[in-house]
Amino acid sequence: MAQIFHRSTNFIARLTIFGGGIFIILLSFALYEIALSPWYTDQNVTRQQPVPFSHRHHAGELGIDCRYCHTSVENSSFAGLPPTQTCMTCHSQIWTNAAMLEPVRASYRDNVSLSWTRVNALPDFVYFDHSIHVSKGIGCTTCHGPIASMPLTYRAGTLYMSWCLECHRDPAKYVRPKGEEFNPFYQPPSRETPVSFEGKEYTDQMVLGRHLVSEYKIQSLQYCDTCHR
Amino acid sequence: MNSEDSQKTAVVEADPIIQPGLTLGSVTDKISSIVLTKPATPGWVFGFLVAFGLLMLLNLVITLLAIWGVGIWGINIPIGWGFAIVNFVWWIGIGHAGTLISAFLLLLHQKWRTSINRFAEAMTIFAVMCAGMFPLLHMGRPWLFYYLMPYPNPMWLWPQFRSPLVWDVFAVSTYFTVSLLFWYVGLIPDLATLRDRAKTTAKKVVYGFLSLGWRGSAVHWSRYEFASILLAGLATPLVVSVHTVVSFDFTIALVPGWHSTIFPPYFVAGAIYSGFAMVLTLAIPLRKYYHLEDLVTMRHLDIMAKVMLATGVIVAYSYVAETFMAFYSANIFERYQFMDRMTGKYAPLYWLLVACNLVIPQALWSRRVRRNVVLLFIISLIINIGMWLERFVIVVVSLHRDFTPSIWSMYYPTHWDWATFAGTFGLFFTLFYLFIRFLPMISIVEVRSLVHQTSADKTMHS
Repeated sequence: MAQIFHRSTNFIARLTIFGGGIFIILLSFALYEIALSPWYTDQNVTRQQPVPFSHRHHAGELGIDCRYCHTSVENSSFAGLPPTQTCMTCHSQIWTNAAMLEPVRASYRDNVSLSWTRVNALPDFVYFDHSIHVSKGIGCTTCHGPIASMPLTYRAGTLYMSWCLECHRDPAKYVRPKGEEFNPFYQPPSRETPVSFEGKEYTDQMVLGRHLVSEYKIQSLQYCDTCHR
Repeated sequence: MNSEDSQKTAVVEADPIIQPGLTLGSVTDKISSIVLTKPATPGWVFGFLVAFGLLMLLNLVITLLAIWGVGIWGINIPIGWGFAIVNFVWWIGIGHAGTLISAFLLLLHQKWRTSINRFAEAMTIFAVMCAGMFPLLHMGRPWLFYYLMPYPNPMWLWPQFRSPLVWDVFAVSTYFTVSLLFWYVGLIPDLATLRDRAKTTAKKVVYGFLSLGWRGSAVHWSRYEFASILLAGLATPLVVSVHTVVSFDFTIALVPGWHSTIFPPYFVAGAIYSGFAMVLTLAIPLRKYYHLEDLVTMRHLDIMAKVMLATGVIVAYSYVAETFMAFYSANIFERYQFMDRMTGKYAPLYWLLVACNLVIPQALWSRRVRRNVVLLFIISLIINIGMWLERFVIVVVSLHRDFTPSIWSMYYPTHWDWATFAGTFGLFFTLFYLFIRFLPMISIVEVRSLVHQTSADKTMHS
């Protein structure tokens, strides 16, 4: 009786056994990498905005305080987006004819808000409150990245839950002294950039962080209903 | 041969496991011809179409469930579990008989298992498929089922390992995997037989592919035996562990009527009870319709009836012990729960359950009943119904009277509840009809070895 399958099928059979295993491993790895990639998370990807607003220029070079525009950050869950009037406090006086600013003037003239594209938006099932973070010594740049050097704004974190939990599991890694929250140039303590707190110089974030956590009574909140209410 | 052995042989001859007169060739012919040469009968086609229609109903229900959510079922607080969990426990319980027959009895060298283990195991696999669907559908978003698995994820979340629902995921998925592997390994030599006897190229290629290059060499047989024993060893603890874990879903909760230490053994006994009932429900029409009375003999039916009787008595004891403890414990909630079962809104179902599971099966004490195929079939159906009612009473009746009277309410299944349940019958029987048509429903290899042994015994005896 003739063989049904050619001799080479033996090789294919062995190949599929090992190949299948390798394929599954590679596939899981690829999926995980895709899930973490900027292509999927929008991390480090600048967004098209109606006006090419530069945080580097305003917050970095000019040194305008974050709260000048994001007024409700200290007492509301939402940091707030500035109304056009806030822009016009300066731009009614300077760069009044700049072509780049025409959408801003149009918005002011017609009383129609500029529709900014949200860069950092959490899904609706997550409750997040800016005020508590800011008032417990978490700086703007901890989450929003080096905002003072962003010509166009991008999302600095993945906004994944792991990204939130990285700090929530050990806030000492990121907390900074009160008064430094709105400093966009703040550097965590190191030998080159010591940070002073209550008259003491700190060169190690973990030492400073642990001290601040107990000083500010920061809790490591990890209950589901802390954020998913 | 010592005297004990010859006595055993004598018993076997008086009441044989398989009909005497079968030869190696006739066994192979008989079983393989159902698959290879005989055309599909009108009865098969009709049954298959009915089952397939129900399967399409299941598709419809699942689609609507995905669109509208679990609100189409009759579940609401406090009865959040309803039919989905009742059916889950019922189906998974049924599976246990297959594993018991194929694995447990293999390790115990029970020869009578050989001619029923194949389809009992197929029943297990199909039943676990039906069972496994319910918790996933009950989640409301079945496409997120993988959240139940511990895998590295950007949420940095693990499942709640302290929850028995997660243990369930492991128990059921392990059970399905091991059962499937065990079943398939057992099939390999038979698939090779089918390949060798197939006439058309298509059949040769398909069975040849599935038999994984089996040539029947001594090395193949040795590895086959080793793998069988190994998988049987893996599957045997699952007979006990899976339904124990299922019972934890209830016992870990504080609901009166659930929070009881008797549940694990009681659930395992109940699972084997309902499983054997289902094996009988399937075996009796099968052996009649395909004229397999000489392979699945009265002795098989008799032994299975005895297993049902034994497990039924354990179940009966559990009912009594549970009720006794409710009163003996002097816990008012527990006591109220059992009074409510017996006299409350769902009392008719409870008493029907007692009749189906406790009273009617006592007829099996009689040898005449055990040897009466029609009565046995009816009793097996009654036990199936009874075991379904038992899960209904546990799930629904316990939940509808919780600690707080202000949330007391009733559960009424909607027609979508019934359609889902009927749909899983469609899935089960579609698969089963395909199985009996395309795979040998009785293990050719094992029955051949049995023929060999019994004929050898006979020559030695005479």
